[in-house]
Amino acid sequence: MQNLIKNDAVTEDAWRLIRSEDESYDAAEDVILPLAAWLALDPAARSGQTAVWLAPDADLTVLWPALAQLPLIAIDFPAFTDGRGYSLARLLRERYGYQGELRAIGDVQRDQLAYLARVGFTVFAIRDDRPAEAALDGLRDFSDQYQATVLQPEPLFKRRTQR
Amino acid sequence: MYKYDEVDHRLVRERVEQFRDQTRRYLAGELSEDEFRPLRLMNGLYVQRHAPMLRVAIPYGHLSSTQLRKLSHIARTYDRGYGHLTTRQNIQFNWPALERVPDILAELAEVEMHAIQTSGNCVRNTTTDAFAGVAADEYLDGRAYCEIIRQWSTLHPEFAYLPRKFKIAVSGSADDRAATQVHDIGLHVVKNDAGEVGFKVIVGGGLGRTPLVGKTIREFLPTRHLLTYLDAVLRVYNRFGRRDNKYKARIKILVQAMTPEAFAAKVEDEWAHLKDGPATLRDEDVAHYASFFTDPAYEQLAANPEAFTVPLVSDAAFAKWVARNTRSHKRTGYRSVVLSLKKTGVPPGDITAEQMDAAADWADRFGFGELRVAHEQNLILPDVKESDLYEVWQLARQHGFATPNVGLLTDIICCPGGDFCSLANARSIPVAEAIQLKFDNLDYLFDLGDIDCNFSGCMNACGHHHIGNIGILGVDKNGEEWYQITLGGSQGNHTAIGKVIGPSFAQADVPLAFEKIMNLYVEQRLAGERFIETVRRIGLEPFKERVYAKSH
Repeated sequence: MQNLIKNDAVTEDAWRLIRSEDESYDAAEDVILPLAAWLALDPAARSGQTAVWLAPDADLTVLWPALAQLPLIAIDFPAFTDGRGYSLARLLRERYGYQGELRAIGDVQRDQLAYLARVGFTVFAIRDDRPAEAALDGLRDFSDQYQATVLQPEPLFKRRTQR
Repeated sequence: MYKYDEVDHRLVRERVEQFRDQTRRYLAGELSEDEFRPLRLMNGLYVQRHAPMLRVAIPYGHLSSTQLRKLSHIARTYDRGYGHLTTRQNIQFNWPALERVPDILAELAEVEMHAIQTSGNCVRNTTTDAFAGVAADEYLDGRAYCEIIRQWSTLHPEFAYLPRKFKIAVSGSADDRAATQVHDIGLHVVKNDAGEVGFKVIVGGGLGRTPLVGKTIREFLPTRHLLTYLDAVLRVYNRFGRRDNKYKARIKILVQAMTPEAFAAKVEDEWAHLKDGPATLRDEDVAHYASFFTDPAYEQLAANPEAFTVPLVSDAAFAKWVARNTRSHKRTGYRSVVLSLKKTGVPPGDITAEQMDAAADWADRFGFGELRVAHEQNLILPDVKESDLYEVWQLARQHGFATPNVGLLTDIICCPGGDFCSLANARSIPVAEAIQLKFDNLDYLFDLGDIDCNFSGCMNACGHHHIGNIGILGVDKNGEEWYQITLGGSQGNHTAIGKVIGPSFAQADVPLAFEKIMNLYVEQRLAGERFIETVRRIGLEPFKERVYAKSH
C-alpha cells in the first residue's frame, strides 16, 4: 500500500520508490531512484519511467539540465522536523521552474501537509503507519497565508492594499 | 496599535482549531510524545517541572488594556492568579492544564492574541524598543516594520522547521534598547546619505552556550527589500545550519563557521534571485501598516505643570520614583511610566491578575488604552501627562508597582529558574531576592546608580546574564546549586559579553560577593562614572582580588 495523497484524495500509482542503490528493479518499472543512481543511469537500459529522489542536503545544480524531462521529483524528510525540504521545493518550483510532480517522502504526516502544499509539493506519501485518509484534513488546516510562496505567489500585504 | 482584519482573525482561529485537534490526537494516543512536542512548542506550550507552561505572544511588547484584562481573566480562570513577563516581551502562565490550553487560545483569539511560535525551532516573537513611538531619542518608529515582520514570520510555510529557534529584534532609536546585537537578526533602522530609510542588518548574535555579538552583514538595506532579504537569510540558514547537534544549530554557529564575509556573500547570492520579487514592499504597503501606529490624540501641554513640580519638591519618595521609573517623552508635558515588577520578595517579572486589571484601568484613565512590556520584564504606561504622575505614583504604590529601582542593581532581569523550569541547574528567584534584600537601602542603591543585573538559571541564558554589567549564572556542581558571577557585559550600542570573575559561589555567598564588588566600585569610581564604566576602565583584576581575598 502506498498511502498516497494526490489531487486531494487517497490514491495509488505505479511509481516504486527505490531507497537504496543496491535495490534491484525491472527495466519496465516506473522507479524513483536515489540521486547518485539516477545520475549514473543509462537511459537506454530503461523502458519504464524514471524519476529521482533527493536527500535534504542535495545540490540542485546537478539536476538543472534534466529538469524538463523529469516527470517526478521526490524530496525526502528523514524526520518531520527537518525543514530543508521546504526550501528545496521552493527552489525547484520558483527558481528552476520545475513543473512536474513534486512528492514528499519519508516522515510525512498530517500536521506538515498544509505547509508542504504551500511550498509546491503536489503529492504526499504519508508515513506507512498513519492513515492517509485521516491525513487529508491536514491540507485544509489553513485557508490563507501571509507570505508569497508557490501556492499563493501574491503576499497578503499586496492583496490587502489592492482591495 | 495594529488591528486584525478578517484574514488575521481567520488564520488565528484556524491555528487554534489545528492545535485543538493536535491536542486531542495526542491525548487519544494518535500522536506520540516525540511527535507532539515540536507541535506544542510551536504553540508556546512547554511541559515543565510542575505543570505545562504556556507562553503567549505579545508582539513587540504592544498590549491594549482590553488584551491585558483578558490576560488577567486567563490568569484567574486557568492559572493561579498571576503571570510572568519574559525577556522576549511575552507573558507566561505556569499552571494551565494541558486539556484546557485550546480553550485559553480560543479566548486569546477573541482579543487578537495567540501563542503562535512563542517556542520551537521557528521564527519567534519579534521584539523592539518598548518605548518605540514615544521615545524622545527615536529617529524612526520601527513598529510598522515589526508588524510586517510579524506577519511574514507567522505560519511561514518554508521556515517552520528550522535547525533551531530564531529571534529578530528591531531598533529605531539612537540608543539601542532592543539588544539587537545579541539576536539571530538585529535590524537597525537607519538613514543613508541620500536620506533614504533602510536597515543595517546584524546577524549571528546570541547568548546561550556560545555567547557572541552579532556581525553586520549589510550596512544598508532599503526598506522595500526587507522581506526578500529576510527570506534569503532564513533560506541559507534553513539549508545549511547544523541539525546534528542542537548546541551548534543556531545561526551564530553557521556565521562563525563560514565567516561573516562568506555568509554575507551566500546571502547576497540567494537574495539576487529574490530581490524585487513579489514580496518587495511598495510605499502603499508600508503606509498601510504605518497607519496603525499614528500618534494618539495628544494634548498641547506645557512642561512642568504645578501638579507635577510641587510634589516633586515636597515628596522625596515621589521624586525618586520620577527619577528612576519615568522616561522623557517625545511630546512636551508627557512622560512614560515604568511599572516595576521587581519588588523584593516577588519573582522578577511576575504580575498578579489584580495588577493587570489595575494597570489596564490606568492605561484607559491616564493614557490611550495602550501598554508595553519591556524586555527588562517591566510593564510600561507609554503616555502619561506630567500632571497625572503624582496620582499614578500613588496608585502604583498601592498595587506594589512603584519600587523605584528601574535600571538599578535590584531591577534584576531574571528567568524563572529551578523553581519552575525543568532545564535550570539552579534556582534564581531566592538568590535574586537575597540580593534585593542586601541592597534594600534606597539611598545606597541610588548612589550606585545604573547597573544592569541579569540572572540565568542555566546555560540557555534566558535571563541574558552575559550582557548584564553584573551577571549571574546558575551552575550544577555534583547536584548542588552554585552561582558564577560575570562582570563587564552590556547591552545597547556597546554590546559586550561579560567575563567570569572566578570560581562559583554557594547560594548564601552571592550577596556578599555583590557587596564586595559594589564596595570596590564606590572606592574606585571617578566622579559621575557608572559601574560599567569603572569596570571597563580598571578591568576585572581588582574585582577578582577583592572578591576572592582571604578574610582576615
